Amino acid sequence: MTDLLAKRPPRAFFTLSTDAWTKPFWDAAAEHRLVAPRCVDCGHFRLPPTPFCPQCRSQKIDWVTLSGRGTVYSYTVVARAVLPDMEANLPYVPAIVELEGAGGARLISNVVDVPVEAVRVGSAVRVVWDDEGGPTVPRFTLAD
Amino acid sequence: MRHAMRDRTAIVGVGSTPYYKRGQSAPQTLHELVGKSILAALDDAGLGVADVDGFAYFAGGFDTGLLMETLGIPEVRFTASLTGTGGGSAGAVGLAAAAILSGQAETVVVVGGNQQGAQRFGTITSSYEATPDNAFFAASGLVGPGHMFALLARRHMHLYGTTRDHFADVALTMRRHALGNPEALMKKPLTREDYHAAPLLADPHCLFDFCLESDGAIAVIVTRAERARDLRRKPVLVRACTQGASRDWGRSIYWMNMPDESFASSGHAPVARRLYEQADVTPADIDVAQIYDHFTSQVIMQLEDYGFCAKGEGGPFVSSGAIALDGSIPVNTDGGQLSCGYVWGMTHIREAVEQIRGSAVNQVSGAELALVTGGPSVVPVSGLILSS
Repeated sequence: MTDLLAKRPPRAFFTLSTDAWTKPFWDAAAEHRLVAPRCVDCGHFRLPPTPFCPQCRSQKIDWVTLSGRGTVYSYTVVARAVLPDMEANLPYVPAIVELEGAGGARLISNVVDVPVEAVRVGSAVRVVWDDEGGPTVPRFTLAD
Repeated sequence: MRHAMRDRTAIVGVGSTPYYKRGQSAPQTLHELVGKSILAALDDAGLGVADVDGFAYFAGGFDTGLLMETLGIPEVRFTASLTGTGGGSAGAVGLAAAAILSGQAETVVVVGGNQQGAQRFGTITSSYEATPDNAFFAASGLVGPGHMFALLARRHMHLYGTTRDHFADVALTMRRHALGNPEALMKKPLTREDYHAAPLLADPHCLFDFCLESDGAIAVIVTRAERARDLRRKPVLVRACTQGASRDWGRSIYWMNMPDESFASSGHAPVARRLYEQADVTPADIDVAQIYDHFTSQVIMQLEDYGFCAKGEGGPFVSSGAIALDGSIPVNTDGGQLSCGYVWGMTHIREAVEQIRGSAVNQVSGAELALVTGGPSVVPVSGLILSS
């Protein structure tokens, strides 16, 4: 699998569900803006968005537009289909991305469009928007 | 001060169905497998269905009413479950002990079972309902726990230099233990070459880093220690049992925002610390350990969190031979979930009971203290120490 390009994971496993606290994230994604919630009162970032700040219990949020850059905190390479729907999308690379400017908050996403062998813990990445076949989802690719 | 739970309850019976490869238990139903394990455990204890007055479950448990209806259990005074998933398996024994020591029940069944013909646990995450919280991992194609724990394993490799050969040593050791256990599903030796030739299902995890997908049910009977002495089998005392997790761990594999110091862990460190305090023992006092082995990498991280080696040194520790039958801390002496059978952690309780009774197939000579872990998954994870 040395020179295989990392694909996007199958859409079949993802149905977007939102609530009042998470909807702004996905609405921004539809506009190709990567945002994260910052507590108005103490400045703590949290992902996923939740009704209370775990640091100070405040319910006030600022939605901060981020640079879209980040760092791969960890990743895995999925190269075998454990469900039939996965076959056409292999290999894909689920990755945890520490988002720049978000106080260490991480997003579970994917690294795409680069050789799977090129992905490392610590790789610099930038967001790319995946609009195909469903609601817009942030993915990441290696930054130049 | 002596902890209120220490040695005041005991496991007096254990019952198990055979272990079946995924789907092979049909046409028996899961309810039937659970019923068979309960009847076998009662028979082992020399008790009958009329003695049962409580159920303590984990992962949501089973339908107590249906069990009463089908087994003819006259009356139940306590029926409760730990929250979460497999992390509560060891902790369910503590739930039973709590019911007994608070006078709410006298004879409590702890039972777990799974039948994976319809829904494989390997892809269970993909079956979860779409929720606002799940949306933050579901889009990434993490369809099973193996994919999620691979992310923790990769981070452990990055931080501490852990290698796939360390993971291999867990898999190879469990297989050697299984070869001595006639009930184990895996019957053939596993070599390092076999390990490295296996497909990477979720790099760095290959096929042999994943536990088996099997069917079966196991029940144990818990009662007061004084009463246990009058029953058929040698009592296996509940020395200590703890459950829970820190906020840092919480939703863990579905959250992935754990602080760096706890990300590459099993989440068990606080539960382990309280367990040893309750039991008034240290890791060096444990004679045999049944460590929840859904993934080889998580055996390594639990050995660290339970203090058998320092943080980050779990890889070299398992490769030193320490977890073999003749090692300093024999681990998963029945072959574990990796090579014997997967019954959501209940196999570990069963094997610890056998070790303390002195009747295990791979008996550790003079075993007096046995550790059992449940989890690592979302809160709660749990730990149990059984004693002779």
